[in-house]
Amino acid sequence: MAYVALSEAEKTFILHGVEEDFRCDGRSRRDYRPMELETGLVSNASGSARLRLANTDILVGIKTEIDVPDPLTPEFGKLEFFVDCSANATPEFEGRGGSDLAQELVLALENAYESPLAFDYRTLCLIPGQQCWKLYIDILILECGGNLHDAVSLAAKAALHNTKLPQVTASLLDAGVTDLIISDNPYDCTRLTIDTVPLLVTVCKIGDYCLVDPSAEEEACSTVSIVVSVSMRNGEAFLSGSHMTGGGAMHRDTMRNCLNLGLSIGEQLNTLLAKVLKQEEERVGPKRPKTVGFLK
Amino acid sequence: MAGNFELLSEQGLRLDGRRPHELRHIKCKLGVFEQPDGSAYMEQGNTKVLAAVYGPHQAKGMKTETNDVIINCQYSQATFATAERKNRPRGDRKSLEFKMYLEQALSAAIKSELYPRSQIDIYVEVLQADGANYAVALNAATLALIDAGICLNEFIVACTASLSKSSIPLTDISHTEEVSGGPMLTVAALPNAQKIAFLEMSERFHIDHLETVIETAMAGCREIRDILEAAVREHLLHIGSAADWARVG
Repeated sequence: MAYVALSEAEKTFILHGVEEDFRCDGRSRRDYRPMELETGLVSNASGSARLRLANTDILVGIKTEIDVPDPLTPEFGKLEFFVDCSANATPEFEGRGGSDLAQELVLALENAYESPLAFDYRTLCLIPGQQCWKLYIDILILECGGNLHDAVSLAAKAALHNTKLPQVTASLLDAGVTDLIISDNPYDCTRLTIDTVPLLVTVCKIGDYCLVDPSAEEEACSTVSIVVSVSMRNGEAFLSGSHMTGGGAMHRDTMRNCLNLGLSIGEQLNTLLAKVLKQEEERVGPKRPKTVGFLK
Repeated sequence: MAGNFELLSEQGLRLDGRRPHELRHIKCKLGVFEQPDGSAYMEQGNTKVLAAVYGPHQAKGMKTETNDVIINCQYSQATFATAERKNRPRGDRKSLEFKMYLEQALSAAIKSELYPRSQIDIYVEVLQADGANYAVALNAATLALIDAGICLNEFIVACTASLSKSSIPLTDISHTEEVSGGPMLTVAALPNAQKIAFLEMSERFHIDHLETVIETAMAGCREIRDILEAAVREHLLHIGSAADWARVG
């Protein structure tokens, strides 16, 4: 994580703010910082999204490839996550400097997406046992302003929503060999359903209190936080994985509180994201603003 | 496909409909991020590049022994930047080559005597690669350096040029033109001084044509310089509007 230099006095100030439910930027413990989301800005990718959560900037591009399914799960397609910490975010990430953080984020996402209830891998199957889609979810971290897990998962979900898989027709050739014909028409495509796709919520423990969406400074004050992955199913929030980060420890009761807080926040985030994505979808034609992406 | 593909139609238009001397559409913005000391975003056609500058700061590690400024670049390309997915964003031979070329060209532009014993980091991230990647990366780096307030001798601008079969020089080569064969020349120039800081050429063509192709690339550089300068002025007016700079002649 990008290093933030904080003095003891600053840390105490942040701590007192958290205790009084009035954080340095005026938020309560359950509030998020403002977010900006845009989809479909990388024309080379099948799906893409850019999320800016205050100072955290994430760009996700999804590429597709046809692959052979795993023999143990012949009806499942494949997802592969890759996180790249750009040196643009901090000079510490130069060369291989960001690989530890990248690995941590990849593991968190893989854990969250592991359950077939969280992500329906069957939709990526073309011919069971023979051919399936493999989605490469490439995440680029352009600026670190704290709370990377949440931002990355939101951007990944938005990019999955934006992903267009070309329509595939199969024809049976001699000797049982199937030949896939992939449609050239860019409008002839299928979309993924992302209702159950999980989101990560970092619940950060500062002092005796738990809060969400920590800024980089608040992360520096926290000894331990728990990343909760929340998947929605039939309007109910389910836990699809969680892990702890940081060097500290927490009491069992605190942990239960953290998980509950994460679940309820995750539910809200999910509904909000769905709403924003729907709006984004409707902004086509003349309604679409001219300057997009980084030109804003 | 190399070499047997005509870059220019009979009507004198290129594959993407441009005329031979036309640049692709350029859009740029300074100060896109807050954490770096300077940052810029640049779009040239479908090639999109982000650049960030950190420094000047104290040189790190073994590099402290020299008295000069250390210019440290990194060129990386997002894995989804090209049509075919790449496995590694940096560290491959092409990125290392571009990193070296960037350092070379930028050292020619930075007023190094002002920054003894310090280091300037320039990080370039290609989000979408559609030809002339090095040139766009260098232009974005120039803007980021300006945003960081680092003194330059003048704008350093890069442009590519090629030669069609009918010996008509083409400016600003796109990816499709790059892979269709034909020579490609990249020039990084200091347009006011008419100096060339870096030149790279691939494929062969007759030396008689070299002069015209270089001139085409230089003309492209001058045009891009004007666009960048306009962007810098607009950015300064924008950030300075609180201080009422806009009304200063």
